[in-house]
Amino acid sequence: MGWEDFAAAFLNLAIMREASPILVQGLVQTILLSLLVVPLGLIGGTALALLSTVRHPLVRWPLMAWVDVFRALPPLVLLVFLYAGLPFAGLELPAWGAVAIGFFLNTGAYYGEILRAGIESVPREQMEAARSTGLTGGQAMAYVVLPQAVRNVLPDLISNTLEVVKLTSIASVVALPELLYQARQAQSVTYNASPIVAAAAVYSVLLWPVVRLLSRLENRQLAARR
Amino acid sequence: MTRPIIEARGVHKHFGALHVLKGVDLVVAERELVFVIGPSGSGKSTLLRCLNRLEEPSAGSIVVDGIDLLDRRTDINAARRRIGMVFQGFNLYPHMTALGNVTLALRKVLGLPRAEAEARGRAALERVHLADRADHYPGQLSGGQQQRVAIARAIALEPRVMLFDEPTSALDPELVGGVLAVMRELREDGMTMVVVSHEMGFARAAADRVLFMADGMVVEEGTPGEIFGAPRHERTRTFISQIERT
Amino acid sequence: MREARSAREGPAVTAWERFADSFFNARVAAEYLPKIVDGFWLTVTLALGIVATGLAAGLALALVRSLGLRPLNWLIVFVVDLFRALPPLVVIALLFFGLPAAGMQLSGFASTWLALSLVLMAFAEEIFWAGITSVPKGQWEAARSTGLTFLQTLRFVVLPQAVRLTIPPLTNRTIAITKGTALASVVAVQEILGAAHAGVSFSFNPTPLTLGALAYLVLFLPVVVFGRWVETRFAWRR
Ligand SMILES: Nc1ncnc2c1ncn2[C@@H]1O[C@H](COP(=O)(O)OP(=O)(O)OP(=O)(O)O)[C@@H](O)[C@H]1O
Ligand SMILES: [Mg+2]
Repeated sequence: MGWEDFAAAFLNLAIMREASPILVQGLVQTILLSLLVVPLGLIGGTALALLSTVRHPLVRWPLMAWVDVFRALPPLVLLVFLYAGLPFAGLELPAWGAVAIGFFLNTGAYYGEILRAGIESVPREQMEAARSTGLTGGQAMAYVVLPQAVRNVLPDLISNTLEVVKLTSIASVVALPELLYQARQAQSVTYNASPIVAAAAVYSVLLWPVVRLLSRLENRQLAARR
Repeated sequence: MTRPIIEARGVHKHFGALHVLKGVDLVVAERELVFVIGPSGSGKSTLLRCLNRLEEPSAGSIVVDGIDLLDRRTDINAARRRIGMVFQGFNLYPHMTALGNVTLALRKVLGLPRAEAEARGRAALERVHLADRADHYPGQLSGGQQQRVAIARAIALEPRVMLFDEPTSALDPELVGGVLAVMRELREDGMTMVVVSHEMGFARAAADRVLFMADGMVVEEGTPGEIFGAPRHERTRTFISQIERT
Repeated sequence: MREARSAREGPAVTAWERFADSFFNARVAAEYLPKIVDGFWLTVTLALGIVATGLAAGLALALVRSLGLRPLNWLIVFVVDLFRALPPLVVIALLFFGLPAAGMQLSGFASTWLALSLVLMAFAEEIFWAGITSVPKGQWEAARSTGLTFLQTLRFVVLPQAVRLTIPPLTNRTIAITKGTALASVVAVQEILGAAHAGVSFSFNPTPLTLGALAYLVLFLPVVVFGRWVETRFAWRR
């Protein structure tokens, strides 16, 4: 296959132009989806991390089981279960709802582990010092411990957020019209791979700066561990 | 003087625009101990590192034990095992025991079988008085012990020359003595040594010759008595009085 | 995907009975268990293949990068960045739906294997490289000063230290990426999720999905717990 055939099949500008309106719609959905699931995951994760400061075994073990179960289940399995399984129990979720719950459970577990590690990285004395000035436990956590915890695990938080944004592409499986879904639609109508190439280009161009930033942060972090 | 074992002539070194060595000559005879002193940044480490080509000189010639180090055809790895080097920061391999550190090059460079390498490694550790620490990891050893293992790692290869770059300056004062004692024994066994260090007492007692370097040049050289007792150059005098005060 | 939506009316039974009959239906479970077990082994095969190729390729790239050949390194960084930025499902779609346009047909299994191997390669290269560069320069110098060659130094001195440092992040990343094997169901591979989903369509009952979820837990829960153990085992004392 010559270059021209290749270009016609993968880099067909005419087809890309034709598909661009629905790709843009898809991108908008992807962004909205990210704006929904990232905060949801962070809320779930913060709740889990705060719960993990409770040392009581009746909290500790179920919590750990919860986190590990949702880290062990592939997110797509969770999503399919919510979307195609739950209706049998009389619970029909719209695609958005299934995605939101699935991500809340899966992403929350990951954010929870990261934030827990962050909280544990803050020396106990910080909490004690804050309490000794009269702050309540909640205030000390919110103003003294959590900010340091977040800073200590910032690279992991950013990295996880990048993964979550990429993961929104699985919403295409439940027909939520995000970027990949639209690209697949355009590809199946035109019998041409260019729309998927275009979607891939959009993802990589938009996420590339985050990848660069992360690779710097991670290098620094690993070097500091010695 | 017996025949020279190190013969470095007109060595220059540039780091980009920075001219760090400006034509240094260093000739060291067999069994000689040469001390190199000088202010920070004067190029002492760079000179030492040129002598086993960890640093590539920009110009000049370096011949060690008859081998032209700067000749492209020279097998630099074969040459390096005849030139031992001891670093300020020890640079022991943290994932290997003391014996593992000492035997690695014996096995991989000399190609000795494990048993033979270990016998030779233990003998080397014996010479630095650490035979009983063979199975300890660097993290389990004191700084002074680590530096002695590093010396053992170098002498196990039976080098013709040993280069020391501030071997005691990362050590707590009470640990310095043990390392210097080992170095003195090496000298008594006839090892040729080039030592960058500010241990004046050791220089007085053990050095044949002292070189004072500043700004990438050898300003002055002589016996310890001459350099410490009656320095001819103003810069040498200032430097000596500074380190003697500390 | 939603064949079941209209099929859920039934006789008046309690909610729990209906729930159990739907999600834990013994007859359906018995019928589809063999398919799920087949899917299980397919998932295991796929996962092991991805781990082997992804880690090997990542290590190879990191080693090539340590040679310090400029243009080659730019290329490596470009490829690594690309596969870190692209969602795995997009890569799978490109390979599976895109390649036929070039007259090349990869099976769903091969597409998933290749796509996830590339993704794991990218992450592994980044982690190995960070590990290699975090080994202090003095280690190189000490080893070279005893006459070890570049490759011997890399092999016996630098890599053992780098690998130790990289084990926790590498383990976690590898687990996360191998869980992506479920994406193969999108390109019609009958691995666990694919088999389970097909089972639901045929039986009009979600029990195969329950079995599928359990199969994933059987497979990945020990792996996740192992990852937890690795993190504490290799935790660095500060
Ligand atoms: N790899 C390098 N790249 C650039 N500059 C370097 C490099 N190594 C050394 N230099 C510079 O060369 C000069 C001489 O360095 P060198 O380490 O030889 O000094 P020194 O006499 O050993 O000093 P010190 O007593 O502090 O160890 C310094 O200005 C240093 O900053
Ligand atoms: Mg120096």
